[in-house]
Amino acid sequence: MPLLEFTPSGIYCRQADIYIDPWRKVNKAIITHAHSDHSRWGMKHYLAHPMSIPVMKLRLGNDISVQPVEYNQKLNINGVEISLHPAGHIPGSAQVRVSYKGETWVASGDYKVEDDGLSTAFEPVKCHTFITECTFGLPIYKWKPQSEIFREMNNWWKANQENGLTTIVTAYSLGKAQRILQNVDTNIGKIYTHGAVENTNEVLRKAGLDLTETSLITRDTTKKELQGNLIIAPPSALNTPWANRFKPISDGIASGWMMLRGTRRRRAADRGFALSDHADWPGLLQAIKATGAQNVITTHGYTSVFSKYLNEIGINSVEEKTLFIGESIDTAEEEKGKEEAVS
Amino acid sequence: MKDFAALFTALDQTNSTLKKVDALAKYFDRSNDQDKLWAIAILSHRRPKRTVKTTLLREWAAEEGEIPLWLFEEAYHTVGDLAEAIALVVPESSEQQNESLSYWIDLIISLGKEEEETKKTAILAAWHQMDAAERFVFNKLITGGFRMGLSQKLMTRALAKHTGIEESELAHRLMGDWSPQTTTFNELILTKDEKADLSKPYPFYLAYALDGEVSDLGQPNDWFAERKWDGIRGQVIVRDGQVFVWSRGEELVTDRFPEFQSFAEALPHGTVLDGEIIPVVDGIPLAFGLLQRRIGRKTVGKKLLTEIPIHLIAYDLLEYDGKDLRGLPHLERRAMLEKLVRNHPVDRLLLSDLVAFTEWKELTEVRSDSRANHCEGLMIKRKSATYQVGRKKGDWWKWKVDPLVIDAVMIYAQRGHGRRANMYTDFTFAVWKGEQLVPFAKAYSGLTDAEMREVDAFVKKNTIERFGPVRSVHSELVFEIAFEGINASSRHKSGVALRFPRINRWRKDKPKEEANTYKDLIQLLENYGQ
Ligand SMILES: [Zn+2]
Ligand SMILES: [Zn+2]
Repeated sequence: MPLLEFTPSGIYCRQADIYIDPWRKVNKAIITHAHSDHSRWGMKHYLAHPMSIPVMKLRLGNDISVQPVEYNQKLNINGVEISLHPAGHIPGSAQVRVSYKGETWVASGDYKVEDDGLSTAFEPVKCHTFITECTFGLPIYKWKPQSEIFREMNNWWKANQENGLTTIVTAYSLGKAQRILQNVDTNIGKIYTHGAVENTNEVLRKAGLDLTETSLITRDTTKKELQGNLIIAPPSALNTPWANRFKPISDGIASGWMMLRGTRRRRAADRGFALSDHADWPGLLQAIKATGAQNVITTHGYTSVFSKYLNEIGINSVEEKTLFIGESIDTAEEEKGKEEAVS
Repeated sequence: MKDFAALFTALDQTNSTLKKVDALAKYFDRSNDQDKLWAIAILSHRRPKRTVKTTLLREWAAEEGEIPLWLFEEAYHTVGDLAEAIALVVPESSEQQNESLSYWIDLIISLGKEEEETKKTAILAAWHQMDAAERFVFNKLITGGFRMGLSQKLMTRALAKHTGIEESELAHRLMGDWSPQTTTFNELILTKDEKADLSKPYPFYLAYALDGEVSDLGQPNDWFAERKWDGIRGQVIVRDGQVFVWSRGEELVTDRFPEFQSFAEALPHGTVLDGEIIPVVDGIPLAFGLLQRRIGRKTVGKKLLTEIPIHLIAYDLLEYDGKDLRGLPHLERRAMLEKLVRNHPVDRLLLSDLVAFTEWKELTEVRSDSRANHCEGLMIKRKSATYQVGRKKGDWWKWKVDPLVIDAVMIYAQRGHGRRANMYTDFTFAVWKGEQLVPFAKAYSGLTDAEMREVDAFVKKNTIERFGPVRSVHSELVFEIAFEGINASSRHKSGVALRFPRINRWRKDKPKEEANTYKDLIQLLENYGQ
């Protein structure tokens, strides 16, 4: 019996009787991060990083039963050592390490290796078997350093300001939105937010995250007030009456999918910034090698191609294809411009 | 090259034609003449000959990206564009380049006669010196297929802005058989010399598809109507005893249609005709497929000349007696055209007859028998209209017949490109022949996004066999396939070839047994094939 199994309810540790990011109702769930494709409603009992909990409560309800687990804090459940380790994806995001009788598995959840200046930076964890996402597991996905991307974003904002335009950048409301407001140059102007983004900001601030000051756009916010400033909104707000009422605007999308010209062009926005909270191709390889794992199980994304390549470079790998339906909600949100109703 | 790559990026980053024209005009302002000329050439689809095979480019890119070739191919499939896939896979380096666009194009051209090793050294060195955006543009210069989101019309507008020369005048100067290797910016763009190039055609005036009701056009009496012939649009020029034939794609195709050489003798010098190039036997136009057999050849043998006798069905007169008539109303041009054809009868020159009508209702009837007359529908042109440049709304309308349709069963699916690389978007359709399904058409466009996702899920659940990116699926889904024409074809297993097949709608209401039969298909061929 493997230490972690793929079951119809999710990744399962039989010895500890606990699931990782399950999608069906189970008794005990340990949650890698608060994105809705990982943190689902209906579990009897949750375990999660303290930074994930307020967002989970916002999205799943205040009455959920949830136990905080710090990074590197070791839990012992029926002889199994379980701990969370920074995944660098969004604030509170974690990899789950499970160790029993000398055998160690790590489930990565979503992760990126670049320090984004917002989330606790990714830490590689030694293990025998590594379950990795590979949303961007193709050699065409190679992110620029975020400093360079934010320089481009700042220049675009400045140019818009000089042309009397209001800048709107879309990003999903948990993680990417805060990453942007932490990293853009606030000397240029003020940052305004859509309700979905501001709700998340608020709980993260309460949880102790020191976020840049933002102003919520309300019915009373005037066009004049916004002019030349930056609005951060969820992808679903693009080309809606809500966004159109701030015209003249210039709009941009921050998403890893913007790496490809075809995607940029299809999404009728003025600018596309290839800014992702997932590991790029070199990042995936770097992370996998750092675990020292002999076995790698790939989930989410280009699993078959990525596994085939890992095998060719001498790392045992299989794709886990049956269970993960579709792609991550966060990337799906970016792609389809759909955001669950948080506001 | 930096400037050109930046221009490319700027054009990509805006949907506003105003900003695009502006960006290009600014590029012209700051570039040297040779770079300007190349930019114009590229934007009017005159790229240099390919000097490096794409298979080699793929191998080198995989090598540089330190990945196996199969992985590069997967990446390429996802990106959907070879130049871009290479640009992304090749790693960034700290080297830089500051050479001009012309420098790099000259380099690419010079590689034509070099050995493979020399080519490789040169291309790799170029890749290393460029950033991803420059690398993409450089690769595009090699592979072709530039889509800069800027029509030739907008390019001309930007050039007009830059030079101060009138747009239509520039459009004329830009036409014809030129290359930056044989002319200069000064000679081509800035020098006004009507005599310099006898072959120069006028920019074509293009019609819009009629979207509303025909009666919305107003008084029938204000309009001419003609058959819309299913040939290729062409301009035949007779100047100084020479004949030049231009296709709508601004390609000089004189050699392919030797039939028109007799016009040199028969027609007065300084005559330019706009019309349809089409094979005609006993006054009846032949199938488009036959014309394609002619277009495909650079030189035409005796057999083809007799089997597929090309004619020009003239519908407009753009120049007479060396004078540009485009500013005259159509009514006057038409009268002059009729007179010309009457006074100078020549084999292979026909007049496009006007369809007489006094009420729109009559026209609707004429249109409905288009297919029987081997036509695509009708053209409706305003009598008072001048001959304009490019596609303009308002005075010229094409009114096509409804497409032919057949209900067919989907039997194969193929993965799409780019972001759709994980979705099945290209399909093969079949009709019943007894218990068997005979494939007869491939089509991809026509479904909504939601339908596409649904079909994709069906394909994934109902796969029988996989062959690379293609899967055979359980025959279950029925679609209405629309197409513009049908012809017998020995190259296709089904024995028929369709023109512009596409998915018209998903027939969820039809069980597979009720899809059309092979007999129905052959019936269509007999009724409408030629
Ligand atoms: Zn996530
Ligand atoms: Zn996810």
